[in-house]
Amino acid sequence: MSFEELRDFIVGQFGEGVIAAVKADNLQPYLELQTERLAEVCLTLHDHEQTYFDLLSCVTGIDNGPEAGTMEVAYNLYSIPYDHHLMLKVVVERNTTPDQPIPSVPTVSHIWRTADWHEREVFDMVGIYFKDHPDMRRILCAADWEGHPLRRDYELQEYYHGIKVPFDQHNELNGFKGEPQQLVGQPTPFSDKREKPE
Amino acid sequence: MEAKTGEGGIVITKLDDLLNWARLTSLFPMGFGLACCAIEMMGAYASGYDMDRFGIIPRASPRQSDVMIVAGTVTFKMADRIRRLYEQMPEPRYVISMGSCSNCGGPYWEHGYHVVKGVDRIIPVDVYVPGCPPRPEALIGGFLQLQEIIRKETIRAPRAIQEIMAKRAQHGQPVADADKSADVTISNL
Repeated sequence: MSFEELRDFIVGQFGEGVIAAVKADNLQPYLELQTERLAEVCLTLHDHEQTYFDLLSCVTGIDNGPEAGTMEVAYNLYSIPYDHHLMLKVVVERNTTPDQPIPSVPTVSHIWRTADWHEREVFDMVGIYFKDHPDMRRILCAADWEGHPLRRDYELQEYYHGIKVPFDQHNELNGFKGEPQQLVGQPTPFSDKREKPE
Repeated sequence: MEAKTGEGGIVITKLDDLLNWARLTSLFPMGFGLACCAIEMMGAYASGYDMDRFGIIPRASPRQSDVMIVAGTVTFKMADRIRRLYEQMPEPRYVISMGSCSNCGGPYWEHGYHVVKGVDRIIPVDVYVPGCPPRPEALIGGFLQLQEIIRKETIRAPRAIQEIMAKRAQHGQPVADADKSADVTISNL
């Protein structure tokens, strides 16, 4: 199926309202879906005999920054028997201060098992919560790490378990003063070469 | 021994030499690696470079190890484990920091949010081996340096006990002065 056929298929199954936006003029066209209906659309795309997207190639979390105030999750689907692709996106509100609620997206880990760890990585790196995920916790950073490192406004914590986190003046404090190093014997190397004649 | 030193032989001197010789020719590193430096470390262990000839044989337990080779990038997740493994090693214990990452954070020094900027922020390091990753020759060079450090040690001034005493003095706890502590150690032996 082509991108247009897939778009028409989704509209036919769920109606116009499920697609929030269509971006078809770039190299990898994508459909932006309503966030709360993502899981049911994905389930149909996975199960229906016309689409049969049996492989979730990738889940990507994107932070658009505090100015834009949004975050995105992109899903790259692939059907091995039909050899067709589809990219889906959902856009959610971003929390800029800690007291605001963390953005939330329905999980697809019950449809594709591979989404389990992908969604955990998105949660760990950019801080998007996946509703109904069976095991929503950090996957790469330490369990008690503060913040989500791939957010645009991420700032390093000063200490972790008593270890200083930023590099700072580590060399200076540990004896290296940054004295100039003479790498060659004389200041101008190759000075034994003859002067270029006029 | 007499021919070597040219002296009549004082017992302490000879015991020092014997202990140091025994230690520096049977350095058992702990068998663990963290990243690509560990591949070079394994290459150094294997028959091509054959670190067995220096008495360097990896051990499977920190309880049986003398040296910890920190071979690779130290993440904050791993930092607690490394500190724990180091504390499980019996005295005297030594640390070789292998490669740029464990020396100072390496390529992750600025933007590596989850990389410890040098393993010396967690545990004391005896020898730094530069390189990214260092070749097996460089690691062997690090071991030879460590052997020279051990060769200069003496039980009259045990480094580990002196460090503990210095730490106690820092915290204002009562300590015997350095000579006294050394005397106590010798009489205990």
